[in-house]
Amino acid sequence: MRDTIRFLKDGEIVELSEVRPTETVLDYLRLRARQTGTKEGCGEGDCGACTVAVGRLVAGKLTYQPVNSCIQLLAMIDGAELVTVEDLNSDGRLHPVQKAMAELNGSQCGFCTPGFVMSLFTLYHAEGQARSRKAVTEWIAGNLCRCTGYRPIVDAALESCFESADDAFAWRANETREKLRELADSRDIYIGHGDGFVASPATLDGLAALYAQNPDATIVAGATDVGLWITKHLKDLPKVIWLGRIEGLDRVEETPSGVLMGATATYQTAEAAMTRISPDLGELWKRIGSKQVRASGTVGGNIANGSPIGDTPPALIVLGTTLELQSKDDSRTLPLEDYFLDYGKQDRKTGEFVTGLFVPRPAPNQIFRCYKISKRFDQDISSVMGAFLFTVMDQKITEARIAFGGMAATPTRAPGAETSLIGASLEDPATWAAAMKALMSDYTPMSDMRAGAEYRMETARALLAKALMEASGTAAAQLRLRVPAMEAAE
Amino acid sequence: MTDQSALPETPANMRHVHKPLNHDSAVKHVRGTATYIDDMPEPIGTLHVVPGWARQVVRGKLTSIDLDAVRKAPGVVKVLTADDIPGVNDCSAAMGDDPVLATDEILFYGQVVFAVIASSREAGRKAALLARIEAQPTTPIITAEDAVAADITVLPDYQFRRGSPETGMTAAENVLSGVFQIGGQEHFYLEGQVAMASPQEDGGVMVYTSTQHPTEVQHTVAKVLGIPDALVVAEVRRMGGGFGGKESQANQWASLAALAAAATGETCKLRLDRDDDMIMTGKRHDFRVEWQIGHDSQGRIRAVDLNFLARCGYSADLSLGVNDRTMFHADSSYFYPDAVIRSRRLKTDTCSNTAFRGFGGPQGMLTAERMIDAIAITVGKDPLEIRQLNFYDAEHNLTPYGMPVEEHEVMHDLFGQLVESSDYWARRDEVRDFNSHNAVLKKGLALTPVKFGISFTLKHLNQAGALVHLYTDGSVHLNHGGTEMGQGLYQKVAQVVADEFGITIDKVRITATNTSKVPNTGPTAASSGTDLNAMAARNAARVIKDRLIDFLCKTHQCGAEAIAFQDNKVFVGEQQFSLAQVAKQAHLARIHLSDAGFYATPNITWDRDSAGGRPFFYFAYGAACAEVTIDTMTGEMTVDRVDLLHDVGHSLNPAIDIGQIEGGFVQGMGWLTTEELVWDEQGRLRTHAPSTYKIPAASDIPEDFNVALYQSRGNPQDTIYRSKAVGEPPVMLANAVFCAITDAVASLNPGVVPDLDAPATPEAIMKAVRSIRRAQAGSRGAAE
Repeated sequence: MRDTIRFLKDGEIVELSEVRPTETVLDYLRLRARQTGTKEGCGEGDCGACTVAVGRLVAGKLTYQPVNSCIQLLAMIDGAELVTVEDLNSDGRLHPVQKAMAELNGSQCGFCTPGFVMSLFTLYHAEGQARSRKAVTEWIAGNLCRCTGYRPIVDAALESCFESADDAFAWRANETREKLRELADSRDIYIGHGDGFVASPATLDGLAALYAQNPDATIVAGATDVGLWITKHLKDLPKVIWLGRIEGLDRVEETPSGVLMGATATYQTAEAAMTRISPDLGELWKRIGSKQVRASGTVGGNIANGSPIGDTPPALIVLGTTLELQSKDDSRTLPLEDYFLDYGKQDRKTGEFVTGLFVPRPAPNQIFRCYKISKRFDQDISSVMGAFLFTVMDQKITEARIAFGGMAATPTRAPGAETSLIGASLEDPATWAAAMKALMSDYTPMSDMRAGAEYRMETARALLAKALMEASGTAAAQLRLRVPAMEAAE
Repeated sequence: MTDQSALPETPANMRHVHKPLNHDSAVKHVRGTATYIDDMPEPIGTLHVVPGWARQVVRGKLTSIDLDAVRKAPGVVKVLTADDIPGVNDCSAAMGDDPVLATDEILFYGQVVFAVIASSREAGRKAALLARIEAQPTTPIITAEDAVAADITVLPDYQFRRGSPETGMTAAENVLSGVFQIGGQEHFYLEGQVAMASPQEDGGVMVYTSTQHPTEVQHTVAKVLGIPDALVVAEVRRMGGGFGGKESQANQWASLAALAAAATGETCKLRLDRDDDMIMTGKRHDFRVEWQIGHDSQGRIRAVDLNFLARCGYSADLSLGVNDRTMFHADSSYFYPDAVIRSRRLKTDTCSNTAFRGFGGPQGMLTAERMIDAIAITVGKDPLEIRQLNFYDAEHNLTPYGMPVEEHEVMHDLFGQLVESSDYWARRDEVRDFNSHNAVLKKGLALTPVKFGISFTLKHLNQAGALVHLYTDGSVHLNHGGTEMGQGLYQKVAQVVADEFGITIDKVRITATNTSKVPNTGPTAASSGTDLNAMAARNAARVIKDRLIDFLCKTHQCGAEAIAFQDNKVFVGEQQFSLAQVAKQAHLARIHLSDAGFYATPNITWDRDSAGGRPFFYFAYGAACAEVTIDTMTGEMTVDRVDLLHDVGHSLNPAIDIGQIEGGFVQGMGWLTTEELVWDEQGRLRTHAPSTYKIPAASDIPEDFNVALYQSRGNPQDTIYRSKAVGEPPVMLANAVFCAITDAVASLNPGVVPDLDAPATPEAIMKAVRSIRRAQAGSRGAAE
């Protein structure tokens, strides 16, 4: 048992014995460490002004991820290297990304700038990124700038981020790896007392035992949702259990039949495997939150919380994803669609937690498509999210699985449309009409700030039509403004 | 036409003016060492102020305010209500209708009722939730339509009229009309509203405030505390973005911080939570526009009848100037022979709408472009031809408010250059070809002009002061009334002062705007920051320099022509000295090395009451060409290519000016595409965080984005080195994106005007697609 958290900052190990369960990295930096280079813009992980870099060993390699420090709990950087804008030029010289940003006029008011610098710092250290405008804009989709219009920032990134890393962090990488290895232990962390604590068990059994004792505790994986309970809903969360140190829970295993994702596997970690299931799924994955959110956020956590922000569930549901749940004495598996009972209500018993999910790969005679519609292309929540899996024999649909987000209180399937499509011919659009009509009785969408009910219904029907048109051979380029990259290569 | 060839050239010895220097704080920005108010070291005992409000009430009479639980909450030091205000409970600029804290009524969702003073911000925020506030709810007026029906306004109606639009309409061969809804816009400055106040001797207060208008903060704080202006100092080194959102809207937060400081004797800081900021502060005005235009068979405009219905919110704030500017820009770049331009300033039970970059101008100009598009679609011509057909020219150069468009040749030249460089006509063919081969995806193309009037239309604001000191080591202290919000004003003024003294810019110490150094300033707004403050600073520097020249002439028995200030040296005939040597000698000779400069814009004669005279010193011009693709099944849209050409006269700093042009364009594009403010039926703002309010992200900018400065022969007016203002005009370059979307939708049914409202979200685009598909081909006009 350890009653401190430890992390690396500017080459030194920092050990803290006082850590409040809800203390964020940003508050630690600004209020305790009095390092004010990192800014708060929105306090909900959407603007990126508070971006810091978190370095960890991934398969032995030192890897830096951008993280929204406003919703990252301090306890979650245990065992990691925390890099803030102050650390970039402790030798007095500007870091290459800082130099490019300054010289190419990448800042105006300057408030978002440290966040951009840190995002670009992680891009600078990312491996295998080909220099392209798209690579940059995808990487910084979670950093908002209201002054520049981004062009000079993108130029600064193109100029500075795609050379092999040659900065103080690269020079001392061996030393950093050594220190991070020193920090990695397999002790349970527990700071606090019975009524208020932040804990991080090192094993699944330890978690089960602790959660059984404290079923009122809040389980945290990436905190991209729970963080907002703290910063926006001002909830007191006296007991927090962070899953991030449980060995193996972050695994992503690809098998011929599908992909197994542990509960703490981040969106980021699973991205490549999802893209290999389908380019559409990969494209959807890239549009979940931002780079920062995907680096911390987990599919398991999103599902476990029944977060209303659920852009992946429709796709995962039609693919037949199953969910694994565990408690101290029991474990079970259930189809993902059965887990969502109602708005904000899930089929999770006291003391039970999500351990992972399995996403099956479509069979060769199955066609999968998914489409996300939102006001803004990147880093937005869908107004309508449609996912389709058609099983086809001799150009006839033998089974259809259709699910939508944004059309009901929870992501749900479209039973009427699914039934109507059985026997429909991909060669004869007239046979699709019944399904198009059935959608209108499958759902009664709501109007809210993202879209009105009429638009949602109209768009759901349009997406079904698109999926069928694509299944019947119409080129995606004729039907979509942006075609996922791998699709073009197909 | 002004004879531009006669313009004086900029002296060749300029080392900084006209150079693309980086922002003065660029290195500090990238290092995170640029200090914003929340980053300043807090004195021991600093307390935190959190505004409290009634989350259940939109509009109604207060029946009870129970703050017991708030007072008892951990960390709470004091709770303030309206009763604790020693002075006047008002933070408006002039009209007296903006309570700092609510008294007996809730006027809008988000109105501040009390303020918690606590030992930490977190404690204050949690405590504020514990208030129990009850009110007798009344049905709020939320929409423009409701306000029109109730006939309720914050300010009197106003109009411009020329000729007889009624006769013109009758005489016109064709009359089109429609209703156009234009959405508002949240500023989303990255640094939210913040102020820190420290008590001083004799009841005074020092206020650090993130504001575009420190003088108004000073005066407001004094008024609220009931103390003389001279006891209050307001200071701002930089803002993390302003865009108009900190012109009047900073007053309330500075006032609350100062009230708390006075009440506790401690330094008090107030930094709004982002959601509170978006709920409580005003935004760009949204409009319902009822338009009617008469034209001939060629598409030439004969008469215009416009009715601008603006949702101003619960109070007047800056709505007078904003709505006047909408009227001033309702012509875009087009000559209206007979016109009536009406404006109603509607009172709604929502946050009080305020300044936003463009200050009403964008809504006026977008309306003009909508009408031009309607004419073009109806007569079956390319909108570009209709635009050029109706441009101001030598014969038709009088605006509806009587000011001549003197530089119409610049306007034509600039527009023509962009038609060429954007390859408009070839791309028009390509777009047509693409659309004929694609059933679902449709492209649109548009090229639109910008003509924006430069000057405050409130005449007395067109003045500025500066304070310049030359120290005996040759370093220069520079201060002026303009504020820095990222637009590079400090750097531009420093460039001017450096060149005036012939010194390198590192010798110029840029200092924070402070009401005790330069008093009685106007806001940094209306794009005029550089025009005004650089002139004032140059005047101050010149006075000091002239004293030095005078001193040197006497000392060295030479004429002034023998003296030159250059490269940190002072040349006197064959001799050369450092500026430090000269300054030291002058000081020993008891020469005053400091001066307060002043500047007032000439040639402005606007009289609002008679609606006559010249409101603007000059116009800034620009043009934009945009190409978009829309998905007619989902309403999704991409901006594929944009070409911008903009007139900044002789640019003081091309790097900074390009930044303003690109940034302004993208901000305008956000306003017209993804940024949608949504109020629910109860009148609550539902889009109060970046998760629900979507400003452009990096991937929204076009991959093919070409931006250039117009090769100007210089501003014909005697501005600072013949430059032109650049802050606001580029916002309206984004009109091209909206018109291109209109063009794409219009391709579905030639001859029918798409019923497209702004912002053109996917939902709005689908609504337009639906309506145009339903419309009978050949039917005319949007609303007929």
